[in-house]
Amino acid sequence: MSNRLAVEIAGLRLSNPTMLAAGILGLSAATLREAVKNGAGAVVTKSVGLKPRSGYANPAVVQVNCGLLNAMGLPNPSAKYFAEEIRELKKNGVGAPIIASVFGFTAEEFAKAASILTRAGADAVELNVSCPHVEKTGSEIGQDPTLVSEVVKQVKGAVDKQVMVKLTPNVANIVETAEAGAKAGADAVAAINTVRAMAIDIDTAQPILANKIGGLSGSAVKPIAIRCVYEIYEAVKVPVIGCGGVTNWRDAVEFMLAGASAVQIGTAIASEGLVVFKSVIRGIDSYIRKKGFRSVRDIVGLSHRR
Amino acid sequence: MLDYRIAVNKMRTVQIVSVKEETLKVKSFIFTDKLCANAQPGQFVMVWIPGLDEVPMSLSFLNPNASQATITVERVGEATTVLHKMKARDTIGVRGPFGNSYAITKARNVMLVGGGTGLASLAPLTERLAKAETKVTFLMGAKTQEDLLFLDRINQLLSGVKSRIIATTEDGSYGVRGLVTEPAEKMLSQDERFDMIYTCGPEQMMYKTLLLAEKFDVPFQASLERFMRCAIGLCGTCVIGKYRVCQDGPVFSGKQLREVKDEFGHFRRGFDGRKTVLS
Repeated sequence: MSNRLAVEIAGLRLSNPTMLAAGILGLSAATLREAVKNGAGAVVTKSVGLKPRSGYANPAVVQVNCGLLNAMGLPNPSAKYFAEEIRELKKNGVGAPIIASVFGFTAEEFAKAASILTRAGADAVELNVSCPHVEKTGSEIGQDPTLVSEVVKQVKGAVDKQVMVKLTPNVANIVETAEAGAKAGADAVAAINTVRAMAIDIDTAQPILANKIGGLSGSAVKPIAIRCVYEIYEAVKVPVIGCGGVTNWRDAVEFMLAGASAVQIGTAIASEGLVVFKSVIRGIDSYIRKKGFRSVRDIVGLSHRR
Repeated sequence: MLDYRIAVNKMRTVQIVSVKEETLKVKSFIFTDKLCANAQPGQFVMVWIPGLDEVPMSLSFLNPNASQATITVERVGEATTVLHKMKARDTIGVRGPFGNSYAITKARNVMLVGGGTGLASLAPLTERLAKAETKVTFLMGAKTQEDLLFLDRINQLLSGVKSRIIATTEDGSYGVRGLVTEPAEKMLSQDERFDMIYTCGPEQMMYKTLLLAEKFDVPFQASLERFMRCAIGLCGTCVIGKYRVCQDGPVFSGKQLREVKDEFGHFRRGFDGRKTVLS
């Protein structure tokens, strides 16, 4: 395939508009490299904070109709430990931008983690202000435009790489947090993280997830994500990255028409395997050729045409 | 349709039909579930102990005619201790079956090397091999006689086919004293030609067996164990090198394990992703 598929997001060059979503594989150099080998235009790591965390007890993931429910609890080996995996990737080459997803319980912690990982070689950071199931971080920050702004500013001040902010749909108006992030200097916004959700076993009357409440991903959330991307695209100037239920090329195209410059893929890897990247990329390519566009960039936001 | 595939083997609660004491520390739990009953040898399920934990378990007995399957569980921690107290008619949850299975090839003379609860996944494989009238050499190891799992069952399964069963115990309380890999090496170095080795058990044992398989140039399959969470190839908890044990495994060929030789037999990742050295 060709330049038709290349995109540039806030200075990052991607050979195609697909990215591995945060939280999926992404805790080891070998699996990140595998995602790139399978076609991902960029990879986002699992979210990493300053201290190691084991996450919640199992069940941490449960399949539901049309989607997946998870409450992992931000398991990670710590930024310092994970920096080694990033160094290994950079040293031996990986062929696509590496975006480090970071989280913290304060703006300072976000900045420190971001700084450790960009110094190790991460090409950009994505701020996880949207994890819906850990107290005092994630969406508890991401639901407050003032806190989003503070985190973005601190991180921008601490690193010299691109900063993206991944937003939560668990708000009344996602445009407010998107605007807050963009105004504070975020180079791009990603939408959406998972939707707060729950499943109860009717036989035992027990919530299934150990944490009881988790986040819903997969096809079930796609229409919500499309709406969020559409609204954000109208309101902010920075690129929007679409995420939420991309399972095939049609979903990816729909996100781009709504205004996404690229899409992140996660849950679909469970049903499709990592080959999902190649099939999505091929599908987008043949769509733009058939429709007579010169570049995938030409379809970004096309549904806003009046 | 694709999402249906994610949801098809989703969590459901099943009733324990009966419980069988296998050794002092090991019990088998038989439950009714069509999907599990029709699983392939080597596949595993995530077993939910309601309100407490969810743990990966090999399916140790597959009975499609009765729609029943079995897990065989060693009491090692909180979750398995609670599970051990469960009785017939108690409820557990299962997700799965997940993962690949042992490849049953045209091999006519196979060696099985099992240790501890690794016998759980080798037993249904043995059943298939016996039906295919493959010649089976079964080497099973345990710490003491009390820990030898499925000795009677394996004896019975292999009673009708050309077979040898050799048991080893570390304390010599039954069979040959020592590690199970010792008779394995002895037999491999004799003139007899094996055309497949299957192994499941402690990773050091499987690692030694891989080295033997390579030395004597015998095709090799091992079933690995790792911490698991999602079991559907997403979370990355169970990765070994580029492979996800839950999805690309749990059964790997010698060639695949050679690709991840820095990890296999050396360390595994904890729930936080950090590496722990295997002792």
